[in-house]
Amino acid sequence: MSAETAEEQDLFEDVDLRGIKIRGWLFHAFCLVAALFGVVMLAMLILDVLWEALVGFAIGLDPITFLTSTAHRDPFSAGFIAAIVGSIWLMVFTVIFSMALGIGTAIYLEEYAPDNRVTRLIEANLTNLAGVPSVVYGLLALAVFVNAMRLGPVILAGAIALALLVVPIIIVASQEALRGVPDGMRQGSAAAGATQWQTIRQVVLPAAFPGIMTGTILALARAVGETAPLLMVGVVLESGLIPGDPFSRFAAMPTEIYYWAFRPVTEFHHLAAYGIIVLLTVMFSMIASAVYIRNRYERIR
Amino acid sequence: MAAEDGSQSTVDAITGDVTAADRRRNRRVRRLLFGCAAITVLTTVAIFFALLDNAFSFFYEIRLYEFLLGGEFSQRVSVWEFVAGTQWYPNHGIAPAFGILPLLAGTFLIVVLAAFVAIPIGTATAVYLSLYASPRTRAYLKPTLEILAGIPTIVYGFFAISFITPVLLRGLLGPFGIEVGRLNALSAAIAVGIMTIPMVASISEDAMAAVPDGLTHGAYAMGASKYQVAIGIVIPASLSGILAAYILAVSRAIGETMIVALAAGHSPNLTSDPLAEVQTMTAFMVHQVRGTSAVGSVEYQSLFAVGLALFLITLAANLLNDYVKRRYREEYR
Repeated sequence: MSAETAEEQDLFEDVDLRGIKIRGWLFHAFCLVAALFGVVMLAMLILDVLWEALVGFAIGLDPITFLTSTAHRDPFSAGFIAAIVGSIWLMVFTVIFSMALGIGTAIYLEEYAPDNRVTRLIEANLTNLAGVPSVVYGLLALAVFVNAMRLGPVILAGAIALALLVVPIIIVASQEALRGVPDGMRQGSAAAGATQWQTIRQVVLPAAFPGIMTGTILALARAVGETAPLLMVGVVLESGLIPGDPFSRFAAMPTEIYYWAFRPVTEFHHLAAYGIIVLLTVMFSMIASAVYIRNRYERIR
Repeated sequence: MAAEDGSQSTVDAITGDVTAADRRRNRRVRRLLFGCAAITVLTTVAIFFALLDNAFSFFYEIRLYEFLLGGEFSQRVSVWEFVAGTQWYPNHGIAPAFGILPLLAGTFLIVVLAAFVAIPIGTATAVYLSLYASPRTRAYLKPTLEILAGIPTIVYGFFAISFITPVLLRGLLGPFGIEVGRLNALSAAIAVGIMTIPMVASISEDAMAAVPDGLTHGAYAMGASKYQVAIGIVIPASLSGILAAYILAVSRAIGETMIVALAAGHSPNLTSDPLAEVQTMTAFMVHQVRGTSAVGSVEYQSLFAVGLALFLITLAANLLNDYVKRRYREEYR
């Protein structure tokens, strides 16, 4: 018995695991540091914005003035309200255009589309659309809606650009939600004699609705922070007027932030930090409400 | 109310009362929804033709549709100058130059530098998530990465000019006597890299999760360490998926606009110096459109020529990504 153990020890005597262990340990450390890098950068980014805002507050930029007045040459009387209202207008029309188009396409692809070449073309095209840079959507809106259709650089044109940009996101989310509805529900409805549209409207859509809403809100959270398409459409960079209708010229929150951050005068950087805090607050509350809807309805089901 | 409607129409369906009308409505809705799907295809077509139409007039002074209707054209900018010219001064009053190479070089510089940040860190994050992280760590790490992915790019741009350049770069390079300008390619590229880390990480992790357990378990059974499994099994087996993640990240970096518009500068430079000011294709477009020139002028149309180049490059990247992804799906079927 003891002889056997001794033999075993001899067998493994020349195996040196130290190198492998050290390499394994170093690799683990490297992966851990990499994973933490993202977290640290997110923390730095938020702290940096808060710090810049704090310095702004210290040099006398009044947050109340910021939230209640329009843009101004003088940073101490400049505010964000025109941009906030502009963003609200944009979101309203982006929701209308993108939901109709996105959910309609998703229903067609999931419920009606035959498996043929046209359907495959539509699906392949969606993957491509999702990869088109946002600034190109702005060019499209500039060429077609602003100039060719003579709409001018107005809220409606900006909203169309944003809607086209987020439609692929809404379609993918809605398709997933529709796929999550069990086929038994469709078959049951069909067995009761309902047409396909009656099945979709009264059985499938209500079941898929929370998923669709979650996807749509997340897409809108993306749209509210988009800057490049709006710059291409042609926003007012220093907006002194609160837009009153969808055919007026406008500024949005991200474009105003861009303008302030772009200026060499440092007071405006602090205004940009104020603006970023407002923008991120709006975005995160949208994301939070999307997560809330998802969790709530998942539990019920 | 909806339920009542439903039962009513069901009864009708069984008794055969309004089925003809219902079927007609079903067909109408189907056509309408197909119209929605068709609009998404039309969007791509519209993007392509709007860019091509205006880019044509950049080169030949008349729009493509006017040319097709038999209009006279005269050369304004030669295609060769655009593709191979090394100077880009579209707004120069006396001697404008229209060579896209400086813009391409600027984009390329940003993408390469950003890849140095995003690829190693993103891949290592994916390895950590799929091999090392406990479920509890994962539950914290993944949402954090999702938030990082959801931050608007304008905020990253602000981060680049208010933190990366003045604090990080000047703090690290200043002691070596290297001067860092207010606008430089490196700081924009680092921000672009940070922005694309979550994308590389999450797509690579999906690819790693698709590696069959049998492969990794087999390696563990042979006595392999985690490091050996990661390097020898998981990464090679998911290589095409990881590659697809890289291509997608590069495509995103090429099209990224606001970070470079804020932090990389506005002078089209044909340089490989990471601390120089460069202008990318996207930054040019944002900068040019601000001094809105008259529709039809060569300055205005240059937006679309550059836009067309950008669109074609990202389209090629996306098609390549699609191809690689399809191959990787077939591997373990």
